[in-house]
Amino acid sequence: MSFKLFFLLLKAAGWTLSISLVSILLGFALAIGLSAVLLSSKRLYRAPAELFISFFRGVPLLVQLLFIYNLLPFIGLNVPSVVAAIIGLTLCTAAYQAENLRGGFESVPRGLIEAADMAGFSVRQIFLRIKVPIAMRLTFPALVNEAIMILKSSSLVSVVGIVEVTKMAQDLASSTYLPIELFSSAALIYLVICWSIALIGRYTERALPGGVK
Amino acid sequence: MIFDPNVILKHLPEIIQGTGVTLALWIAGMAFGIALGFLVATTRRYGGKATNVVLAIPVEILRGTPFLVQIFLVYYGGPFAGLSLGPIPCGLICLTVYSAAYYSEVFRAGFAAVPHGHVEAAECLGLSRVQIIRRILLPEMALIVLPPSVNLAVILLKESAVLSIITVPELTTTISAIGSQEYAFLEAIFLLAVIYWAIVEASAKLGRIAEARLSTFRFSAP
Repeated sequence: MSFKLFFLLLKAAGWTLSISLVSILLGFALAIGLSAVLLSSKRLYRAPAELFISFFRGVPLLVQLLFIYNLLPFIGLNVPSVVAAIIGLTLCTAAYQAENLRGGFESVPRGLIEAADMAGFSVRQIFLRIKVPIAMRLTFPALVNEAIMILKSSSLVSVVGIVEVTKMAQDLASSTYLPIELFSSAALIYLVICWSIALIGRYTERALPGGVK
Repeated sequence: MIFDPNVILKHLPEIIQGTGVTLALWIAGMAFGIALGFLVATTRRYGGKATNVVLAIPVEILRGTPFLVQIFLVYYGGPFAGLSLGPIPCGLICLTVYSAAYYSEVFRAGFAAVPHGHVEAAECLGLSRVQIIRRILLPEMALIVLPPSVNLAVILLKESAVLSIITVPELTTTISAIGSQEYAFLEAIFLLAVIYWAIVEASAKLGRIAEARLSTFRFSAP
């Protein structure tokens, strides 16, 4: 396999990376809102968020992508397929990340919150200075895992016609008859990206306060 | 969006058949995957350091690459390496190997969670290695590996939808075809989502029941 083909795959990896990154960040923002609703004491508020999470965690991403890709034109939104792909990945990852965040906020030790209350912290201060940092610290490993999951899942956006690594390998394989080399190279690219994310995650985790030095 | 129940009724036999293929592939892939994964985990634990490292390589590769790429490699690359497989055998093999990699990690964590003293005590009492696995490790780790196993089962069911891309005649393939044929693609995909959702919720519920039963057993055991 020539270097030129590998270079084309690497270029397509830019799409994989950017779609994954945008989806994870948007998903995180959405997950913050969702987890806030999930932690509400009113069942009426919690129920829709729980339904959303159950749906997006219970349906294959491929089916979600097909649904969103076909739904958007149906409701009169003619957007490029990249947008549909990002919406699909974002909603899916938001459901997982919201569940992580809820777990994180629930495992902030009660004693710490009571101590802060005693020390005269306001509700807002307790939230910003006690709950958020501890919950973020606790959910960081899960966030790294989710980033890796989304990176791998982004291979599915090839079904809505985006030429990222998998689709590029598929297209090149059908024209060059080198499927083994091309799909192995695609796998290698994914491996390197996944391992890099895991490595960066581990270092960041150690650098965070309260980490294992 | 008008949901016509007659369309569903008309295609009910196909939908049931597609669901059957999905369930069969899922359960078979999972069963073989658990067996292979257990074999890998025990070999890594008892086979010495070199075996452990050598077996870690395929496990890490399988866990670090998308399932879709693995399927493409086997399905389109296979014939070039003398391995021509139809969609169903290819799907089953890929699902098995993929799940084995993940299950081996679940079992490895399960082994590690059993207190070392228990294993040492069993060794002192003269239990053989097979006896230790069967009577100490397996029962003690059952409750630990059950939740991640159920989680993994759900993930595998969802991954099995990807097999539709290589035209395995499972649920996603069947229902998308019906949707295109009836000019009701959106409705069809919605129905598809609901069916998957129902299977996932049912298996999660089964997992919770199994967990509850297993934990009472653990407390009542002497």
